[in-house]
Amino acid sequence: MPIPKSALAVLALTIVASFARAETPGHYGIGRTATDAEIAGWNIDIGRNGENLPPGSGTVAHGKEIFAEQCAACHGEKGQGGVGERLVGGQGTIATPKPIKTVGSFWPYAPTLFDYIRRAMPQNAPQSLSNEDVYAVSAYILNMNGLLPADATLDAKTLSAIKMPNRDMFTGDPRPDVKNPACEKGC
Amino acid sequence: MTESADLDDDRAVTSRRRFLRESGALISGAVVAGLADGTALAAEPGSENVPPNVPEWMKAPGDPMGSQLYGTPSPFEKNVVKNISKNLPQYISASGRTPIGDLDGIITPNGLFYERHHGGVPAIDPDQHRLMLHGLIDRPMIFTMDDLRRFPSQSRIHFLECSGNPVYTKPYGKTASDLVGLLSCAEWTGVSLKLVLEEAGLRPEAKWLVAEGADAAALTRSIPIEKCLDDAMLVYSQNGERLRPQQGYPLRLLLPGFEGNMNVKWLRRLKAVPEPAYSREETSKYTDLMPDGVAREFTFYMEAKSIITRPSGGQKLKQTGFHEITGLAWSGHGKIKRVDVSVDSGKNWLEAQLQEPVLTRALTRFRLPWQWDGQPAVIQSRAVDETGYVQPTFAELLAVRGENSFYHNNAIQPWRIDAQGQVTNANS
Repeated sequence: MPIPKSALAVLALTIVASFARAETPGHYGIGRTATDAEIAGWNIDIGRNGENLPPGSGTVAHGKEIFAEQCAACHGEKGQGGVGERLVGGQGTIATPKPIKTVGSFWPYAPTLFDYIRRAMPQNAPQSLSNEDVYAVSAYILNMNGLLPADATLDAKTLSAIKMPNRDMFTGDPRPDVKNPACEKGC
Repeated sequence: MTESADLDDDRAVTSRRRFLRESGALISGAVVAGLADGTALAAEPGSENVPPNVPEWMKAPGDPMGSQLYGTPSPFEKNVVKNISKNLPQYISASGRTPIGDLDGIITPNGLFYERHHGGVPAIDPDQHRLMLHGLIDRPMIFTMDDLRRFPSQSRIHFLECSGNPVYTKPYGKTASDLVGLLSCAEWTGVSLKLVLEEAGLRPEAKWLVAEGADAAALTRSIPIEKCLDDAMLVYSQNGERLRPQQGYPLRLLLPGFEGNMNVKWLRRLKAVPEPAYSREETSKYTDLMPDGVAREFTFYMEAKSIITRPSGGQKLKQTGFHEITGLAWSGHGKIKRVDVSVDSGKNWLEAQLQEPVLTRALTRFRLPWQWDGQPAVIQSRAVDETGYVQPTFAELLAVRGENSFYHNNAIQPWRIDAQGQVTNANS
């Protein structure tokens, strides 16, 4: 059956149009829109000032229990370190020949502690603690570092308000900072 | 006690690899000594396959087609493997080095590519892997791996290097791999990150992307938007085949010239934000501590560096006379412009020949012909990149940064060759 010329013209236009669309950046039409529920499930990063901290709270006392169950095997009963990192102490050592980097001596922002514990700890079962338990264990680690009273309760507001001792000791990248004169003969 | 996950790399420097190589060197040395003594060739093990005899492997057919569906190296190369430190406190967060002293050219075989994981190597089903793009984005998106492979693709050769390669403190490594083995180079295939961001509609107030891995560490780094809109790639293939699990299968970020850990593996999420996340990995880790207690943060670039890989630590010159000195040079800031080599303890420097291709932010192979007179010597190389930056000596680095800076040690590496031809680390 003969194809009407008008139909061929429409077909040709359609092909040209689809090529033109493929060549325009931002219009590949690949991927789909993420739903709010999907984003909420993965959107776990916490800003340094506490942005995106979830509702809930935890006490130092409850954190001590969680720490003993979930953390002490690697980090030591008092956060002194073991297979896992030392978490406590070291204040005053950072500018010495033997710096001891811990949450208390080196970490600049307290909300980052919540972020890291929730996403990566305990190492054998990350993202298994409830938000309440993460607040509590964060509270206990801060308490062991002398940054939170023993009767304290930590939530989004109080965690964001803590000023870490080493906060102002970070700077940008000044490199190139080392010069080699590139001597070639008789150096 | 672990002070830092990266300390694992330099705590235990003994390795199976070195033991095996030294055993091999002893055997080889014995053979050479035998020849020098004029010992009858027929007395050597294996000599029945050398002239004038017909080798045994010519007297019967070899393995048939299909005996190996995925090829592996000759069994005689079984000692060329990743260099893994012994006696680490744990191996979930640890690293394994490329045996750079045993390799030629500039491309690292996929099985020998260096590794650094912070929560082990996840086993990800690519059909269930998703990349989420959200935050300061007009259209928050989810991509499948099939989606990402539909975008226009590109392939480029770039190096990757761990920022702690090596640290500044003793004990110093013995071999090129011990010292600088957290370094590899591959041809990467994927899609331009800029193109994907344009597809979703990046908002002008977005200044950083927070990149997150789908591993047990959910490793998170913040990437400046300028890099994301420059040469950053979403990579799914490496040297022609899909990424290895250790390299982020099925999807990783590639930021040419930036420190290794920022090239987030098993990439699951990119969030456009106005300021960095200040995650644990960019505050308590991967910041460079100076003697005055100030720590440098967001030290992204790997500065120009080089190392002689042959002859290098653990190897032996078995005779005097001609030896080619060869090694690798690279810079996170672009192309290598020149490599100088000294064979007299740094007194005089000669320009080495650069093997083409010389690519931006890729390993570059250099060579210098050399006659060894049998006298003790110290040899070393010095890279200069296209910005004019000159690789510093270790002393020059220490004078500015002290010993506790931990990351971004790009010092010149001298090797000592003794009168017997044995090569060792001249810094030790």
